[in-house]
Amino acid sequence: MSTVVLLAVTGLGLGALYFLVASGLSLIYGLMHVLNFAHGSFLTLGAFLGWMVAQRIDATSWLGFAVSMLVGAAVGALVAALTELVLIRPLYERHIEQVLVTVGLSLATVALFEGIWGSDARFIRGPEWLDRTTSIAGAAIPNDRFVVIAVAGVVLVAIVMFLRHTRYGMIIRAGVENRAMVTALGIDVRRSFTLVFTIGGAAAGLGGVLASHYFGYVSPSLGGSLLIFAFIVTVIGGLGSLTGAAVASVLVALLQQFANYYLSGTGDFVVVLALAAVLLVRPTGLMGARA
Amino acid sequence: MTSTPGEPVLAVEHLRADIDGQQVVEDVSLTVPSSGVTAILGRNGVGKTSTLRAILGLIHRTGDIRLAGERIDRLPTHKIVQRGVGYVPEDREVFAKLTVAENLRLAVRTAQPRHDLVDALFPDLVGRRDQVAGTLSGGQQQMVSLARALVNDNRILLVDEPTKGLAPRVVLEVTDALEEAAKTVPILLVEQNLDVVRRLAGPAIVIEGGRVVHTGDATALLDDADLTTRLLGVHGDISSEVAR
Amino acid sequence: MTRPPIPAAVGGTALIVLMAVLPLLNVRVPGILPGATYQPGALSLLALCMVFAALALSYNLMLGTAGLLSFGHALAFGAGAYGLGIVLERTGLSLWSALLVTLVGCFVVAQVTGAISLRVTGIPFAMVTLAFAQAASVLVRRNPWGSTGGDEGLSLATAQVPEWMVGVANTRNLYWVTLAMLVLVYAVVVWIDRSRVGHVAAATRENELRVRVLGIRPYAAKLVVFTVAGVLASLTGAVYLLLQSGTVPRVVSADLTITILVMVVLGGVGSRWGVIVGAVVYTVLNQRLSLLAHSDTVESLPAVLRVPLSEPMFILGTVFILVVMFFPGGIAGAARTTTRTRTRREGRDESPLAESAA
Repeated sequence: MSTVVLLAVTGLGLGALYFLVASGLSLIYGLMHVLNFAHGSFLTLGAFLGWMVAQRIDATSWLGFAVSMLVGAAVGALVAALTELVLIRPLYERHIEQVLVTVGLSLATVALFEGIWGSDARFIRGPEWLDRTTSIAGAAIPNDRFVVIAVAGVVLVAIVMFLRHTRYGMIIRAGVENRAMVTALGIDVRRSFTLVFTIGGAAAGLGGVLASHYFGYVSPSLGGSLLIFAFIVTVIGGLGSLTGAAVASVLVALLQQFANYYLSGTGDFVVVLALAAVLLVRPTGLMGARA
Repeated sequence: MTSTPGEPVLAVEHLRADIDGQQVVEDVSLTVPSSGVTAILGRNGVGKTSTLRAILGLIHRTGDIRLAGERIDRLPTHKIVQRGVGYVPEDREVFAKLTVAENLRLAVRTAQPRHDLVDALFPDLVGRRDQVAGTLSGGQQQMVSLARALVNDNRILLVDEPTKGLAPRVVLEVTDALEEAAKTVPILLVEQNLDVVRRLAGPAIVIEGGRVVHTGDATALLDDADLTTRLLGVHGDISSEVAR
Repeated sequence: MTRPPIPAAVGGTALIVLMAVLPLLNVRVPGILPGATYQPGALSLLALCMVFAALALSYNLMLGTAGLLSFGHALAFGAGAYGLGIVLERTGLSLWSALLVTLVGCFVVAQVTGAISLRVTGIPFAMVTLAFAQAASVLVRRNPWGSTGGDEGLSLATAQVPEWMVGVANTRNLYWVTLAMLVLVYAVVVWIDRSRVGHVAAATRENELRVRVLGIRPYAAKLVVFTVAGVLASLTGAVYLLLQSGTVPRVVSADLTITILVMVVLGGVGSRWGVIVGAVVYTVLNQRLSLLAHSDTVESLPAVLRVPLSEPMFILGTVFILVVMFFPGGIAGAARTTTRTRTRREGRDESPLAESAA
């Protein structure tokens, strides 16, 4: 029983990380049909700069932890917005070229991070409480899991509220459905492109800081490894669906954790098998309306 | 927003347009007078819808397009619309996951939206503001689509097959609404239902193979059985209750 | 495309002959080749260039002809390299039988992954192929039943390989094998491009709807192209194993797919000779930039310049971005524009990808 609880909570924590990456990917794809390979770099940069700032303040203090999350989110948002304005916008509507540019950016930035911080993982520390465990139903669960889950929950609620209750949120929802018609109502839809990149970048940057605490280290390849699972999550959840991304994040992470434990470390394959199964049965994903 | 009487509100010269490299509008020139309904007629797939979409910049186009004298053929779609163009697309294109109220709120561009007019024309929608548009009937969706265009004070409306696939009673309702709207704003109307055309339209433009092949008075065209059969492949006889 | 076919064929044959006699000549290209062309160092680099040229050709068949943006091509390449390595080690078959067994296996892999991923198109297709390759990459690193050697990689079991292919002294022979493989891959690619399947795939890239209206199922044509491209990439991978006397997990990673993609885009999507040039330029540049990274000139620069310049992938990634944004036709496109400056061309011709993006 305690093993199941531990796996479930750890899986939820991993799912929370996937969601922080996949939410942006899914919104960006839904609105702009851009597959953003550079999303992992937003995450990595957020993690590195968040860690650097935390060290300056005091990595083991709650203030340092809080500021590092803010810095991570801000850095992710800023870099993502710049990416959209400088690299994506000039290639308006040329989807394959847009993907290629993000591929190039991801190559260049990962290399740059390696040049600056070296390619080895740097082990990091946070407030002492994060390293301790809390006992639930006999399972000793690392506290950082709860923080990751809570933050992802807050991000989910915040994005949903934004989409439901603001004019820009409404434009984004309408744009995901039918972008041409949004422009035919006299709305400059490109502004919301920058906006979804900014939101996605902030979530990814925040995810970077949290991922570095979850895994206990930062490295230039941190973003890339999470990105691939986030891609799988967005396809399974249905491209463009935020709810789909949330549900699929949790399902994929749980599946991965349980398969790793009970099926001798086969989590990654089981996830890809699940992807293949979803595609065979429902090519548009769990919550996707159209391909 | 009204233009000087006599001067056309919309003048299109030598419009060409393509979709993914495929030419869909070869050479269209037309003018829309500053009042009344101007109809674009023609068989299926001759480029009527593409002409409207090209005017709006929704597809790649070249040519000289003037709205109340101002060149708009280089402007992006949203800027054209902001200059006072209302668009009611083929197949309605309401945002299915948004509510009726949200669909309208997205469309509003002015400080004084004409909600009274919309409510008066489409009483059906008043009680359905919070309903998700995807769950409306086809006729109600068409009303949302028309309402999105009518809620603003436009220089011109581009309306694409508003009665397509609707029940006769709803066709009548939509036609009434268009007739009412035409009192305040000129309309460029693509329509297959010739009874609707006969009732609403003044001038008519016939398109064939992406080119204008006939321009003239709509009623005169529809009264000429030979011409109608040749150009439209159908008879222009009055056959239903739409034309009063 | 519009080049007259006979001079092109003559030029091609002349180039093959030149490449074939190169190991017998004493040609030095300072700054590009390490040493003379009869020495193993230069021949290894040239052979590596040819492996990547063949791989780029196979990838171009998918992206250039069928408009399929795959992020899983490394899976096919890695399957060839690891497949041959494992078959040789475990079965004791001779090289040629083992190669045949490997290619049959790779054919099945390409069929299955293609059949599933082609259920979606465009960007989702890219994601799904990426996921498959990632699964393979994880599998290789996990070293199941001790077959792949994990992170250490797999070295070639030389016992069953003919003696004339083994060792530095025989680099020349491996070079000729690689050249033969490249010519074969080129021939198959041309054959597919000119076949009915190739035409259907190309028409689907331009306008899938129009193909469907004609009553043709684009899925079948795309699957054929996907499979052929996959098997060719596997063949390339098998030759890579021989050439390098082993293989490492990187050949199954997303990095490798991205490397191929960079080569193809750099050379010019849709142009066969373009992607060959792209592959050669990339391979040489990658090696030269690594040398530059450790040169005294770079070491003495201030950190702002030294850090970026000492990372070859940073430079290549940046060049790649610039090519995509400003020279969408790649090297082939640039060559075309300079040779035909007077011919006015429509913008869309410059961008072969624009149509396949929808």
